[in-house]
Amino acid sequence: MKNNTILCIAAFLIALSGLLISADVNATDMEKAIEQEKALREGKVKESYGIPKFFVSPPVFSEGMFPCSQCHAGMEPNPERRELMFHTEIAEGFDHAEEQRWCLDCHNPDNRDKLRLVSGKLISFEESYDLCGQCHGTIFRDWKAGIHGKRDGMWNGKKKYRLCVHCHYPHWPKFQGFKPLPPPENPRDIRYRKLSQDETPLNPLGDNQDYEIPLSKEKK
Amino acid sequence: MNRKGIDKEERSKLLSRRNVLKGTAFGLASLAIPFGTADASVWEAFFQKHFQEMNEDEKKRVVQRLEDEYAKKFGAKFNIKTTKAEPGVLFGYGLDLSRCIGCRRCVYACVRENNQSRDPQIHWITVLRFKKGEKWVNDLEEAEKYYNPDKVPEEGYFYMPVQCQQCGSPPCVKVCPTQATWKEPDGIVVVDYNWCIGCRYCMAACPYGARRFNWGRPNIQKKEINQETHYLGNRPRYTGVVEKCTFCIQRVRENPGKYPACVEICPVGARKFGNLLDPNSEIRYIIKHKRVFRLKEDLNTKPQFYYFFGS
Repeated sequence: MKNNTILCIAAFLIALSGLLISADVNATDMEKAIEQEKALREGKVKESYGIPKFFVSPPVFSEGMFPCSQCHAGMEPNPERRELMFHTEIAEGFDHAEEQRWCLDCHNPDNRDKLRLVSGKLISFEESYDLCGQCHGTIFRDWKAGIHGKRDGMWNGKKKYRLCVHCHYPHWPKFQGFKPLPPPENPRDIRYRKLSQDETPLNPLGDNQDYEIPLSKEKK
Repeated sequence: MNRKGIDKEERSKLLSRRNVLKGTAFGLASLAIPFGTADASVWEAFFQKHFQEMNEDEKKRVVQRLEDEYAKKFGAKFNIKTTKAEPGVLFGYGLDLSRCIGCRRCVYACVRENNQSRDPQIHWITVLRFKKGEKWVNDLEEAEKYYNPDKVPEEGYFYMPVQCQQCGSPPCVKVCPTQATWKEPDGIVVVDYNWCIGCRYCMAACPYGARRFNWGRPNIQKKEINQETHYLGNRPRYTGVVEKCTFCIQRVRENPGKYPACVEICPVGARKFGNLLDPNSEIRYIIKHKRVFRLKEDLNTKPQFYYFFGS
């Protein structure tokens, strides 16, 4: 008799726990996430954010500028800070630690189609993020993780990155600003116009799919 | 037997209280059926089950009915998905307040993707402007949302877009008398426009002002209608129903799924999106490494929308 009651209670408890587990499907996921987090904090697993491999497009050049060697191949490199005869708009607008730097601190003197890191390593223009990352380490770290800068594609699949220079013109990288889209209608201006479908106002964004920051390369 | 022949007792039986009430009820009910359009689909719409209680077959039938209805209304072929939430996914959103420039590209990308009415105008995202250094976070109502300078960002101001925060414990869901709005397993708070009765209790309950009401007939030019829709997301709405941000449910509930439209358009990359249960996701990186806050955290709504400062 006593045994029976205990058995009954045990069976009831087991059934109840089963119900509770099935009621909250997300609980196991949550536990998994917490475990992963623990492993990360204890240093058992390492966080890794590699250099992203998917770029939306190659670096932006003014027309006819690249490759640089088409003009520079026969010229003697001159590291001196001076009045430039060519690239004058860059020299005039130059606003990027201009006190500390001049052309050949980033551009490679011997082969102008390459950039040069402080270490002397030559890199292509497609890898210019390494150059920017020399000074902007924290931003570089965030960019690799996909936090700094625009990135699209699939949230659970392939992502598209942009190079630093897609949004920041390297010689004056400060963001230039542009016109905002129109504000929402103020409630006091709303009229029930009963427009037909063809008279309905269009979306001011149009079908602009990939809005890029206008790089104002003109003189500021 | 002629009419006069009915004796008193029988007449009182004919006009009994029960019969009078029955007759009135049937009469009124027949008035409720719209004349001319009283075909089967009207009845089907009237007796439609709750979305969460439908099986796959019933869902298919409802989708078919709606697609026909929209084809008639808009002259366009719609695709209405009913994709379910994927297990192991809990969506989270990050918005970088130190990057946002207040350009409102997100507002209109959202309008385009989610078929919001252009007139009367409905926006799911509101971009607020605050003066730097002023008291702000408790006074959202007093924020400037009609700013329109020649260039953003403006000196001395910062911008904060507000949309549905997809609360972990959503007050809007709690107050809905018809359970027309609920929280999905992947964290998205959705509305069934066929079950919404338009009482707007949810709008009163939402501390973020994230819900919008269709006061008039929603209007979009035919060429701007997005025909790729989800039942719980951007399918066309009716007059008198509430709508809101769904993290672009029709885009993100895919494998691989695209980012929400506002994330994709943001020219400065201030908007981030990912799976809160995946330790390598962007949103988890943000929560771990950045200064993060949730709007009106003191109300215990537990938003899945994290504002952060990238630098």
